[in-house]
Amino acid sequence: MNVRLELRGDPPRWLSPVLTIAAVVVALVIGAVVLAFVGGDPVRAYLHIVDAAFGDIGVLSDTLVKATPLILTGLACALAFRMRLWNIGAEGQFLLGAWGASAVVLIPILPAGTPAIVVIPTMMLAGALAGALWGIVPGVLRARLGVNEIITTLMLNYVALAWIQFWVFGPWSEGGFQQTVAFPREAWLPRLTDFAAQFPVLAGLTTHLGLVFALIAAAIMSIVFSRTRWGYEMRLIGDNARAARYAGIDIARYIIVVFAISGALAGLAGMSEVSGVVHRLQDRISPGYGFTAIIIAYLARFGPWRVVLASVLFGALILAGREIQPSGVPAMIQGVILFCLIVAEVLTRYRVRIGRRAVAPA
Amino acid sequence: MIDLTLILAAGVASGTILLFAAVGEIFAERAGVLNLGVEGMMLIGAVAGFSVAASVGDPWIGVAVAMLAGGLLSLVHAVITIHFRADQVISGLALTFLGSGLARVLGDGLSNAGPIATLPRATVPILSELPLIGPVLFRDQSILTYVGFVLVPVAWYWIERTRPGLHLRAVGERPAAADAQGIDVVAVRYAYVLVGGLLAGLAGATITLAISPGWFGDQTVAGRGWIAIGLVIFAQWSPIRAALGAYLFGAIFRFILDLQGVQSVFGVTNPFQAGRSATFFLEMLPYLFVVVVVIIGSREALRRRVGAPAALGIPFVRGERGA
Repeated sequence: MNVRLELRGDPPRWLSPVLTIAAVVVALVIGAVVLAFVGGDPVRAYLHIVDAAFGDIGVLSDTLVKATPLILTGLACALAFRMRLWNIGAEGQFLLGAWGASAVVLIPILPAGTPAIVVIPTMMLAGALAGALWGIVPGVLRARLGVNEIITTLMLNYVALAWIQFWVFGPWSEGGFQQTVAFPREAWLPRLTDFAAQFPVLAGLTTHLGLVFALIAAAIMSIVFSRTRWGYEMRLIGDNARAARYAGIDIARYIIVVFAISGALAGLAGMSEVSGVVHRLQDRISPGYGFTAIIIAYLARFGPWRVVLASVLFGALILAGREIQPSGVPAMIQGVILFCLIVAEVLTRYRVRIGRRAVAPA
Repeated sequence: MIDLTLILAAGVASGTILLFAAVGEIFAERAGVLNLGVEGMMLIGAVAGFSVAASVGDPWIGVAVAMLAGGLLSLVHAVITIHFRADQVISGLALTFLGSGLARVLGDGLSNAGPIATLPRATVPILSELPLIGPVLFRDQSILTYVGFVLVPVAWYWIERTRPGLHLRAVGERPAAADAQGIDVVAVRYAYVLVGGLLAGLAGATITLAISPGWFGDQTVAGRGWIAIGLVIFAQWSPIRAALGAYLFGAIFRFILDLQGVQSVFGVTNPFQAGRSATFFLEMLPYLFVVVVVIIGSREALRRRVGAPAALGIPFVRGERGA
């Protein structure tokens, strides 16, 4: 008996979404088996995740708070991956973005008492710029010198973390603790709960303006991908770089620009997290958003709106997963999901034939 | 005071970790399969070796289980990329996620395991008396360090001078031609991905059972799997250059650690003392160094046209046009 893969001529449209959902289900089942194996109760753990992430309006709001940085970093990865640029550095770009935004308040770039209408946009700009800078470095190295971007983006993640730690333990440390002082209110992104005086329903809801940035970014990217020449040329480079070169597309410039925008999006995620949620800089500001973003981009098959959807699911997993023991379970399930997605993609492209060895065509 | 001999000796010891991982990755890549899951396989090896050694009491059984665990994980990558022809980059990343998540699940509670029996150390008679080389290479090193000394020439000889090594290179460079010669491309690729996994598992066990015993979650491996992958590019897929690079990195890591213990240099207060925030700049150095090394590696590879195996990353399909 042997197993062969045959290329499907034209896969039916329903196949890809069905297999994607099936992949997630299979991954959750595998996760449950491992969880049971190490002595946990998988049914209770999963019910707990659903309840703790979507149970009422309060936790739903918390889920959206977790989804916000995931959408932005997920879009950052989806943009790069569409061109088959493996930007594994969203984590570092996120951290640099958080640092840049914090610098506006802490260096300080703007004097104390500057109104929010000036502070917030400056922080957004600083965060996006710092993230873009962190993305351009591997982009230029890849475009001009052919240096493998996987290694460089990954190494720069570690450098970014050390950079944050230097500031948080050193110049910006609050009394020797591993965090900076809290930002003044002018540097906080507005949250739903801030409007509780007018709308009592909103009291306690921590969803912040960063979610709106994320949705706007998704909308812009969706339009660029589907309706502009840039989107078309990026897809061409990703699908067939040689054809793109013959078509006269400046691939090197695309690589650098895409890395810069990708870094800027991840940097904006970092800004949104310090300004919208934590209100100070800490070294443990990211529980690995930039890495989860890789899986999200892949799960969404690089579609911006699908990134939003996938981010909400992973936001739930991160939010509720914090209480699940052992602590590695959510990370493990993410890995299993990614593997199942890879198999699903293969099954979309190929038909599996199991049978006797076929006679090779002459 | 910083003792250069001690730094070099410790560099050789901790470089052994990178050496095993890099040589394993060279085997897999020379066969045409890029495996970015080294970090995950090392973590699984590290946790499996440590937990087994802690519960059984015999570090050698720990080493064996660690290699087995790394090998098993690598087979997942082999099935996905060789049989299912999925993208090797994304599958390798998934392997790292899976490995580090699984390692954290399995390692839950291990950080309080207390001291365990580690692998024995040994001093080689006669050789250890050689000036300079003796104390650096042959004095009070872990057994695994000596295994590393043996592995490197063996790996080089195997790849460059033996018949199976010729098949390995053929599969990585021109799989279609190898297939026409009657070499089983799929079997060869499976075998060397597995070798890569076994060695990555060994690298993980080298951390937890020999060099720095203990389980510290993700921080146990702390990116060394990725550094090993960078080393492979720098070494241009040669085990001997990979070994030199690994020992160099080991020495840098060690120097950074030692520098944090120094009070003052030439009368100037050392800004990098432990507890000072400037030490974080030192911690960046190994990672920045990898970036520099990869840049140099790709420049040299371009210039000398000796680069990656031609079929690296490309799935083999019998009868399809290609490399």
